[in-house]
Amino acid sequence: MKAKHQRLFLALAALVAIIGAGLLAVSALKDEAAYFYTPGDVKTKGVEPGKAIRLGGMVVKGSLKRAADGVTIRFDVTDGKATVPATFSGIAPDLFKEGSGVVAEGAFDGKGTFVATNLLAKHDERYMPRELEGMSYNESTHEMKAER
Amino acid sequence: MHRFANPARFLKIARPLTGWLFWPGLALILIGSACGLFVTPADYLQGDTVRILYIHVPAAWLGMGGWTGIAVAALMQLVWRHPLAAIAGRAIAAPGALFTAICLMTGSIWGRPTWGTWWEWDGRMTSMLVLLFLYLGYIALANASARDGQGGVSNVTAIFGLVGAVNIPIINRSVVWWNSLHQGPSITLRGSSIDGSLLWPLGLTLLGFSLWFGAIVLMRMRAILAQNKVEARMQRLARG
Repeated sequence: MKAKHQRLFLALAALVAIIGAGLLAVSALKDEAAYFYTPGDVKTKGVEPGKAIRLGGMVVKGSLKRAADGVTIRFDVTDGKATVPATFSGIAPDLFKEGSGVVAEGAFDGKGTFVATNLLAKHDERYMPRELEGMSYNESTHEMKAER
Repeated sequence: MHRFANPARFLKIARPLTGWLFWPGLALILIGSACGLFVTPADYLQGDTVRILYIHVPAAWLGMGGWTGIAVAALMQLVWRHPLAAIAGRAIAAPGALFTAICLMTGSIWGRPTWGTWWEWDGRMTSMLVLLFLYLGYIALANASARDGQGGVSNVTAIFGLVGAVNIPIINRSVVWWNSLHQGPSITLRGSSIDGSLLWPLGLTLLGFSLWFGAIVLMRMRAILAQNKVEARMQRLARG
C-alpha cells in the first residue's frame, strides 16, 4: 500500500468513526435536546405538577379567551394527539394568535392546567404575501391551493 | 488538482479571478438587498420583519459552507499533502467565522419581534453558536501551532477542522430531529415554502455573498503566499 493510500484509508476510517460517534450522541440526546414538551409527550410520559417545563404546540382555534381582569388569557394547546388547557398573565408576543404555534414556559398546576410565566410565538416555515393568506398548504409537497 | 500546487500557476489564475468574483458579487448583493427591502411584498404574518431573511440565510449558508470548505481542504492536506490546501483552510476561517456571527446576530434581531425573545437555547441556535466557537478554536489553534515561513495551518489544525465537520449535519437537521423554536427548513429538495414573490431576491443575495466569499478567500490566500515569500527572502538576507 502506498503511503498516500494509507493516509486516505486512515482519514476515511477516522471520519466514519467520528460521524458514527456524532450520530450515536445525537440519537442519545433525542429527548434531552428537545426544546419543549408537546401535549402528546405530556400525556404519554407524564409531567409532575410544579416542574418547570416548556410546552409547545398550536393554539386551538376558538379557544383563546380573555379573563375579566383583562390581563389573563386562557387557551388550549394541541399537537393533534392531545390537548392541554393553559393560562397566561402578561403581554403576549405579536405573533401569538389562534391557529398559530406557541412555546409556553411554566408548570402544570394540580388540576392539569398549564400556568405559563412566559410565552414565545413559533411560526412555521411558510413565507408569502398577504394576498395569498388563507390558501391551503400541502406540507409534504409545499404546494399552495386556493381554498374553496 | 496538483496542477495548481505551483503557487505561480495558482496566482496567475487567482489574480484575475478575484476581481471577477468581487465586483459581480458586490453588485448582486446590492441589487438583491435593494429588491428585498423595497420591491418584494411584506409577509402575511411577520410584515416587513421578514426582509432580514435576505441577509440571515446567506450568512447561515456561508457559515456552514465555510466549515465544509475547511473540512475538504483538511482532507486534501492530510491525504494528498496538497501545499495550497493548508493555506486555503487558514484563508477560509476568518470570513467563515464572520458570516456565522452575522447569522447569529441577524437571527437574534429577527427573533425579538417574531418569537418574543433575543435568544433561546434551542437546537438550531445552540449548534450554530457551537460552530462560531469551533471557528474561533480553529483560528486560535492555527495561530498557536504556526511555524515561520509556512502560511498554512498545521496538521493538528487540519484534524480539528475535519472533526468539527460533524457539527454541520447536526446544524442542518437540528430543526427536524428535535422540537425547536426555530421553524423547519423552508427550502428542501421538494421545493420552497417561501412564495416565489418573496424568494427571488434571496437567490441574488445568496449568489452575491457566495461570490464575495470566494473573492475574500482568494485575497487572503494571495496575502498568505505573499507573506511566505517575504519571510523566505528575509531569512535569506539574514543569513547573508
